[in-house]
Amino acid sequence: MGKIELVGVEKAFGNVHVIRNVHLQVEDGEFVVFVGPSGCGKSTLLRLIAGLEDTTGGKILIDGTDVSDTPPAKRGLSMVFQSYALYPHMSVRSNIGFGLRMAGMPKEERNRKVEAAAQVLNLTPYLDRRPGQLSGGQRQRVAIGRAIVREPKAFLFDEPLSNLDAALRVNMRLEIARLQDTLGTTAIYVTHDQIEAMTLADKIVVLSAGQIEQVGSPLELYDHPANLFVAGFIGSPKMNFVTGQAAAARGAATIGVRPEHIAGSRTDGEWAGTVTVAEHVGSDTFLYVAVPGIGDITMRAVGEFALKPGESVYLTPDPDRIHRFDAEGQAMLAAR
Amino acid sequence: MATQQTRTLGRVLLAPSVILLFLWMIVPLGMTIWFSLLRYNLLDPGTESFVGLLNYQYFLTDPAFFAALANTLILVGSVLAITVIGGILIALLMDQPIFGRGIVRLMVIAPFFVMPTVSALVWKNLLMHPVSGLFAWVAGLLGLPAIDWFTNWPLLSIILIVAWQWLPFATLILLTALQSFDEEQKEAAEMDGTPAISFFFLLVLPHLARAITVVILIETIFLLSVFAEILVTTGGGPGLATTNIAFLVYAQALLQYDVGGASAGGIVAVVLANIVAIFLVRLVGKNLDA
Repeated sequence: MGKIELVGVEKAFGNVHVIRNVHLQVEDGEFVVFVGPSGCGKSTLLRLIAGLEDTTGGKILIDGTDVSDTPPAKRGLSMVFQSYALYPHMSVRSNIGFGLRMAGMPKEERNRKVEAAAQVLNLTPYLDRRPGQLSGGQRQRVAIGRAIVREPKAFLFDEPLSNLDAALRVNMRLEIARLQDTLGTTAIYVTHDQIEAMTLADKIVVLSAGQIEQVGSPLELYDHPANLFVAGFIGSPKMNFVTGQAAAARGAATIGVRPEHIAGSRTDGEWAGTVTVAEHVGSDTFLYVAVPGIGDITMRAVGEFALKPGESVYLTPDPDRIHRFDAEGQAMLAAR
Repeated sequence: MATQQTRTLGRVLLAPSVILLFLWMIVPLGMTIWFSLLRYNLLDPGTESFVGLLNYQYFLTDPAFFAALANTLILVGSVLAITVIGGILIALLMDQPIFGRGIVRLMVIAPFFVMPTVSALVWKNLLMHPVSGLFAWVAGLLGLPAIDWFTNWPLLSIILIVAWQWLPFATLILLTALQSFDEEQKEAAEMDGTPAISFFFLLVLPHLARAITVVILIETIFLLSVFAEILVTTGGGPGLATTNIAFLVYAQALLQYDVGGASAGGIVAVVLANIVAIFLVRLVGKNLDA
């Protein structure tokens, strides 16, 4: 079991409030991703759950028990750190088994568990090496191995992939997703990379300035962002925001439309503009278009759309996919 | 160095400094070896004559040599033990966030800046003096008899003085190593519920291994040649109780005016130092590999 509940959690360092009044439910077996820009408090929130920081206010419940004052080791969680935090002078075997050794597990049982974990993570040939002799991806797997042998109630991941190169990151992302699915253990994962968040999560928690902006499944956040912040944060390239007359015409202070929901044409359309930059990546074409009276608009066309900088183009936003926001930046109901 | 040309150029450019350093070493060494093969006494000038290895025979069969060798090893070993263990403990304390940490660190480092003669004098006259010393006064307060340190515990006294001087060095090196201990490793250990004792022996001590190696290597080099503290306090006595190799060589040359014998002693000391160095590098030097 691994149900985690945050009730009005607060954290302040002196006068600086890093986490304000956070309420959150993480169900057993769920994969929850905390995402937000740097400094939004997502890592702090994770560390509060882990017990590496003390809360200033509120309660943290694991399986219904208040653990706010329980030391980290007693909470039954295990954490994968950004730098992996492997012990450099110990073999992979000792690293993975260290937590079990500290828990006083007999050596034979420990070895069996370590070897089982190594099997799952394809680390068996490396058990007697030291972390320094492993590649980044292998170290990452050792760190994960160290977390899974303890059979925790939940895994906590603190930006675990940020030290890997792009290709490896995609692989490890898949591996983590598969592993969590097989084990069925609750996982909380912190990242600033919204692609990681979208691909891994059952539930995404978008944080900004120590507050939760929105909680929901990846597609909920994509289709129905609750406010300008979430709308701008989720999706790549970023959603286009238009203010002024074009927005007022639709009864909103700001309207947002994603680059992939704009149709481009050489001949006619709603907004006429000039291409400033064109990126042709084969599968997609990204056009950066200056539209007089509207601003700079990014559009994405599937496949090749042969336009060069300086050429004129007409853009038409998909009326069903226009997001409207009021003056406070909150989303307005879907009525057009 | 990529090409033949740059390699040659590199050698040519390096040559002056290498040659200078080599001469700097080889000329005194060569002269010492030459003197060690002569009958060369300052009380009897102009009678230098080649005697072969006779000086070595005298020096190595002198009972004073074995006493000095034992004293040297005891001195080096004890000071190393005190400074490494004490240094680790003090470094652990100083790594804690305490009020006025900056001042405390400065104070702890201070003894290292006091020159050996001065600190030996301070210890001899202000601390260990059986009549006017601080230790005697404390003993008096407790109703205990004062200890005449340099008469009853001469070698221990020297060890205490030298250890006091080198403790700051060890502390400083170990403290910096301690501060480089990875914060996330600390937290990982916390998540694992590592008890403090296991944390220290299984994680902190291995992390400090390299720094400890550095401390041992550097201190050994200097401790083999401890001299001022002995000259100022005991003059090598009582008897030979505090005579180490360095002091024995000094006594040979400048108390007995036997330059030949002292040179032989010097060469023996060089050989001994090299044996210790090889031994140490074998023993702990592998820690310095990445």
